[in-house]
Amino acid sequence: MTTIAVAETALTLGLLRLADTALVHAHRLSEWCGHAPMLEEDLALANIALDLIGQARALYTYAAEIEGAGRTEDDLAYRRDAPQYRNVLMAELPKGDFAFTILRAFFLAAQAEPLWRATAASRDATLAAIAAKAAKEAAYHLRHAGEWVIRLGDGTAESRRRMLDAFAVLWPYTGELFEADAADRALIEDGILPDPAVLRPQWDAAVDRVFAEADLARPADRWMQSGGRSGRHTEHLGHMLAVMQHLPRAYPGATW
Amino acid sequence: MYTQALNQPETGPNAAEDAARLARFEARIDAEERIEPNDWMPEAYRRTLIRQISQHAHSEIVGMLPEGNWITRAPSLRRKAALLAKVQDEGGHGLYLYAAAETLGVTREELVAQLLSGRAKYSSIFNYPTLTWADIGAIGWLVDGAAIMNQIPLCRTSYGPYARAMIRICKEESFHQRQGYEIMLTLCRGTPEQKAMAQDALDRWWWPALMMFGPPDSESAHTAQSMRWKIKRFTNDELRQQFVDATVPQGHYLGLTFPDPELRFDPATGHWRFGAIDWEEFRRVLAGDGPCNRERLETRRRAHDEGAWVREAALAHAAKRRARAAAQKIAAE
Amino acid sequence: MTETPMPLWEVFIRARTGLAHRHVGSVHAADAEMALQAARDTYTRRGEGLSIWVVPSAAITASDPADKDMLFEPTASKPYRHPTFYTVPDEVGHM
Repeated sequence: MTTIAVAETALTLGLLRLADTALVHAHRLSEWCGHAPMLEEDLALANIALDLIGQARALYTYAAEIEGAGRTEDDLAYRRDAPQYRNVLMAELPKGDFAFTILRAFFLAAQAEPLWRATAASRDATLAAIAAKAAKEAAYHLRHAGEWVIRLGDGTAESRRRMLDAFAVLWPYTGELFEADAADRALIEDGILPDPAVLRPQWDAAVDRVFAEADLARPADRWMQSGGRSGRHTEHLGHMLAVMQHLPRAYPGATW
Repeated sequence: MYTQALNQPETGPNAAEDAARLARFEARIDAEERIEPNDWMPEAYRRTLIRQISQHAHSEIVGMLPEGNWITRAPSLRRKAALLAKVQDEGGHGLYLYAAAETLGVTREELVAQLLSGRAKYSSIFNYPTLTWADIGAIGWLVDGAAIMNQIPLCRTSYGPYARAMIRICKEESFHQRQGYEIMLTLCRGTPEQKAMAQDALDRWWWPALMMFGPPDSESAHTAQSMRWKIKRFTNDELRQQFVDATVPQGHYLGLTFPDPELRFDPATGHWRFGAIDWEEFRRVLAGDGPCNRERLETRRRAHDEGAWVREAALAHAAKRRARAAAQKIAAE
Repeated sequence: MTETPMPLWEVFIRARTGLAHRHVGSVHAADAEMALQAARDTYTRRGEGLSIWVVPSAAITASDPADKDMLFEPTASKPYRHPTFYTVPDEVGHM
């Protein structure tokens, strides 16, 4: 099965950025299934992952339709190699401990929730419908992860230390959530996706509220990691895709 | 709803269960009445239930691992979502069952400790490895198929909370077996390599699936008393035969061959007759010497140990909140 | 070796508007919000609910089965509480 690259217009690129972030994050969350700190949380993390897989499928299907090359959601997920993936770097970092997983889910949901809420009013009707559903899902993810950030930040000395460690690793990846390149600006001007500059204050407010309760302080802004949205990834994504794409690549042309 | 205070098992001299109470209890069982958590029950009934329900719960939890092994490698997004939802369901079923056992006066923490220390048993089928994607199909079709045979009669088991948990579980599990069979069907209609993968999975899972019903009735330590108390509703051998009768035609439809040269249809009885089960293997795997026993328990222990700080933090945070709320209340007064 | 038990909560779900909340099972959680979310994630995965109550199991006071006769038998002898106790001629119609 040959590797493919999608002919990227502003819209297909925008869709792939959203879809890839959802899928890669879902994949990392799904690695917890059967290994979570308690049974209730096993179910909760799987629920979030399932929501994200659902979002990714809808977005891939739409991107493939717009591309018009007869491809499917699975072609886009299983036949693009790492340099063709457009997810934010934060999503692909290895699963880490529970504090890391929760803080990442919180940061991503705090961005996704206002993003989807605004996109529900997109001039693109298909995307607006996907967004309206995703906004409700993201609102719950934000609440669930936010409560855990508070619990762990204001729990025991160990949970606080782990939360701070996760925070130190993840913070430099938060800048990429609000980047806008030429393709993004084209979508913003066409009223298809919201301006990250508008989302940023909402993200800040969610982070500040939870951090205040968790007694965590934001660091001064510093240099931020970047590159995932244009295909320059960490070393981790290649390994993740090697696992994820193993079967379709080992048996080209087979149907599963 | 089960008030913990009333759920303590009776201790001391009054545990000498007088004949009148036992007779009344057995009359209720005979009348198909459900026994509820706070009702009087013989100690042996309580112990049998705790053992059976917690073994069932442990099996669901350990059972998440062999299938979980393929979540990150599911070959399509549709299969990925279905498998994740299925393994998640198993976690949910473990949760319902632990809760049912807890109504008998044990805590989940005690039951989990029994599992992790190796004192408690779980279904030995989960000590076999999942080597190819076809194993996910075979597990859904055969292992869930066998589990459903076992579980449907348990919806009428005499203990109320267990029966209610089983009703919920059976309702949710109805998609599991179909999910597995659909995977097998897709493989059998696919490339020759895929069909070979499906045959190999059937070859490896068939006999362990038959062993899931437990030892033959002639050797089953618990069957007679459990049948008397309607904890079990059919014997191991009866359920095993039902499973074989239902499953063999499904396998033939797939175009697969069962790894049993003695398998043949007996028109006189309408049953499929099968060859001798290797009970030596069953006992060996149950006793700890299966391909994955050590790994499965180690994985559960690791998850439990690595999660300890999270559970402690949640309890500590809740205690802090309560203390703050109390302090605020005092300050306000 | 057994750790501190995580508190047990009873879960009640209202399936549709107009119905009462019904007991569906239990979850373990450290606080009420955690219990509510666990109940949502455990018991409403197939669209089973519109509203959830969680109650600490320890907060429930249950009647003792030993008191069953005392509590519930006496009502059996009060048929006059039921409409069928009273005779109304058919000609009067439904009442």
